[in-house]
Amino acid sequence: MAALGFSNETQLPAYLRKEQDKIEAIARQIGLDFFPTVFEILSYDRLNEVAAYGGFPTRYPHWRFGMEYERLAKSYEYGLSKIYEMVINTNPAIAYLLEGNSLTDQKLVMCHVYGHVDFFKNNFCFRSTDLDTLGRVVPTELSHVGYDPNRRWIDKLANHGSVVRRLTARHGVEPVESFVDSCLSLENLIDPHAPFIVRRRIEEEAEEGPQEPVVPRLKSKDYMEGFINPESYMEAEKQRLSSEQKSNKGRFPAEPEQDVLLFLIENAPLEKWERAVLTVIREEAYYFLPQMQTKIMNEGWASYNHSKLMTQHGVADFSEIVDYADNNAGVMATNGKSLNPYKLGVELYRHIEERWNKGQFGRDWDQCDDLDERRHWDLQLGLGTKKIFEVRSIYNDVTFLDEFLTPEFAFENKLFTFEWSERRGGYEVATREFQKVKQKLLGQLTNAGNPVIRVLDANHGNRGELLLRHDHQGVDLRVDYAERVLEALVRMWKRPVVVATKLEEQPVLIRFDGKDHSRVEGQP
Amino acid sequence: MTLTIDRDHSRFRDIVRGRIRQGLKKYISHGEMIGKKGKELVSIPIPHIEVPRFTFGSKNQGGVGQGDGKPGDPLDRGEGDQAGAGEAGQGEGDHVLEVDITLEELADILGEELSLPAIEDKGKSKIQSKKDKYTGIRRVGPESLRHFKRTYKEALKRSIASGTYSPDSPLIVPQAEDKRFRSFRTDEQPVANAVIVYMMDVSGSMGDEQKEIVRIESFWIDTWLRRQYDGIESRYIIHDATAREVDRDTFFRTRESGGTMISSAYQLAADIIEKNYPASDWNIYPFHFSDGDNWSSDDTSLCMKILRERLVPVANMFAYGQVHSPYGSGQFIKDLREQMGAEEKLVLSDIPDREAIVRSIKDFLGKGR
Repeated sequence: MAALGFSNETQLPAYLRKEQDKIEAIARQIGLDFFPTVFEILSYDRLNEVAAYGGFPTRYPHWRFGMEYERLAKSYEYGLSKIYEMVINTNPAIAYLLEGNSLTDQKLVMCHVYGHVDFFKNNFCFRSTDLDTLGRVVPTELSHVGYDPNRRWIDKLANHGSVVRRLTARHGVEPVESFVDSCLSLENLIDPHAPFIVRRRIEEEAEEGPQEPVVPRLKSKDYMEGFINPESYMEAEKQRLSSEQKSNKGRFPAEPEQDVLLFLIENAPLEKWERAVLTVIREEAYYFLPQMQTKIMNEGWASYNHSKLMTQHGVADFSEIVDYADNNAGVMATNGKSLNPYKLGVELYRHIEERWNKGQFGRDWDQCDDLDERRHWDLQLGLGTKKIFEVRSIYNDVTFLDEFLTPEFAFENKLFTFEWSERRGGYEVATREFQKVKQKLLGQLTNAGNPVIRVLDANHGNRGELLLRHDHQGVDLRVDYAERVLEALVRMWKRPVVVATKLEEQPVLIRFDGKDHSRVEGQP
Repeated sequence: MTLTIDRDHSRFRDIVRGRIRQGLKKYISHGEMIGKKGKELVSIPIPHIEVPRFTFGSKNQGGVGQGDGKPGDPLDRGEGDQAGAGEAGQGEGDHVLEVDITLEELADILGEELSLPAIEDKGKSKIQSKKDKYTGIRRVGPESLRHFKRTYKEALKRSIASGTYSPDSPLIVPQAEDKRFRSFRTDEQPVANAVIVYMMDVSGSMGDEQKEIVRIESFWIDTWLRRQYDGIESRYIIHDATAREVDRDTFFRTRESGGTMISSAYQLAADIIEKNYPASDWNIYPFHFSDGDNWSSDDTSLCMKILRERLVPVANMFAYGQVHSPYGSGQFIKDLREQMGAEEKLVLSDIPDREAIVRSIKDFLGKGR
């Protein structure tokens, strides 16, 4: 453990160590496949500290971690909430337990942790956190038997910490801190798909003259070619592409770029140290991204497994069942009418398990509209367990809900959408219509809940201004924040920055030129 | 144990202090800090400091919830904020962070922001009360202070060392050199050496708003003076046509309907001071708040007389703050200005509304007296 570089070592007491061995063996038995897991037991203030740093106490220094700590410490002291557990995605995985919890709680937490670590190891999103031997992010193609990636993020984040500390020593607290503030305003301007796309191949410049655009074809057998890639479509597509090529001529970037941070690192006139800081922020943003993308799935999976281990596989003994149930109920509770990701996730896994056990999928099932028949549909396939293990590997929250949220499930779980009502001055229930509920849910999860913002043109108006576009999906940006983000962008770009969006249905350009904010109607 | 977070935490506290400083004028005029006072801490609500990002305006975003209810039913307050899994940036900007700071810190911030000079002590002897604390042990002392246990221990040690101790008959006889006595140390404790005498007009013309202004202003005066002196006493006098001394709560709550005789309050204040607070030992701060509508010019000249002879000479300064009421003529401040304007120790301040509180505090405390 010394290799992990923690200043305050903690050893797991023997009685917990014994439980760990036991739980680990049972978890393996039910099919979980996890990294080696190291438990550390911490006092509440240490745990709050670790949690404030997002699990990495050696991270770069910044006041917002202090703010988070203040919040956690306050809510603990006032008894509003406490953190039971914290687990971080590294290999070996590190999990923190709270000192002084009851044995039942510790067992519950350990079971929960093994669910998370299995998820970290097997869900495809987390492959973007695999490192190569030099500590660069290199997602591995597929998980396989004996999959043992390098995820030494403790070291990596500690390195980031020392980079920032060194720069602070050289350039002073104030400049570095305020630059980090600016970087953090841009932290969510990344492309969730970026780690998996080989998009940035170096395109060879056309030798001379305009080139015919190549329309990508879908793969097909000869005799299907005319149907799969119909001539008329190909022609129309060619027209479209070549007109696009014309209008985009000389435009930089050639394609709208969603990884705004990378774009700035590569193209903004930054000082060397500023580039280093921005790189740190970007790498950490990508590290934490998979956890945003799989919140429901990850918590659901951990909860599904802790419940299974505790109640069906004898981790909790009879005397502990009531305490367990009490605690579990607290975790699963929906507060008022809000949606609890733990609850939604675990219910959805159980729903899938039941459907695949009973064979409620496929063509026959989809085409059956006899309600009674559907209700008693049971082919006794017993494929449930296999299915949910597959699901936990190859889905993220968006695809998970898109594929498995059924009208039955939404009805049983009483899902609804709510909207702000001007008249009432509060939120009110809008509808229970399945399609709308699903749409809303997916909308909120898309792009990890962030607006999609792309760099459109780095030489806007031929004045070297940076033009961004917000892909408006029905929800407006928060304008006061957007203006402050523009300030941060101008600091990087050193020229005016414009973002094209819509406000109350009207296309709007929000601009900051370094001195004044302005807003004009219109499109770029 | 020191935590790594301490550094980031104290940096955060610095930022918060900066925010409080920025917003101090607003806090002062809204009276937001008062009423939350614990013993030594004040909770200050400051807007959640958030890192701005491109994010959705949450009001038109809505979300997905779970539970009973039909379309059109309201969600309880606060539910909407948390609802919707994976919703980015739950902050709405009106989230409020409560920060505790000590009154001393608050006073420092006030002092820095209004650039208040430190108060010159009148050069009076700072009274320290001496108190004996029995904390130590020594070898000599009166029998009445003998420490039995320690004496016994010494005697036991000696008898074991000298071989006279026998476990069968464990008789210990202490000798003179075994004896240990409790000893005292004299601690000097600061005692109040400053007194604030608050006087307020509670006649019918003083409304709730006027009293609120007085309340806010006196909170800040208190905070600042407490920072300046080790110990401080406060006395409260209310008056209409007659004056009486009351406690703090009554001071701010009472509402009378009578006329106004300011001299009655000055009379009482002078009596209290003469009786309890000799000017040679005390820093004395009389503050008087009124709408300036005195009963008669006879009474006004009586006021001047008391001020000149009995109050101003003994006080570090005499502060008069005049609030505006719809009924008052506001004559009193003019009279004071005319007749005693040359008096250095007399500080006059006009407080038409809440916005003027900050300036008025500076008027009162900016002299460094």
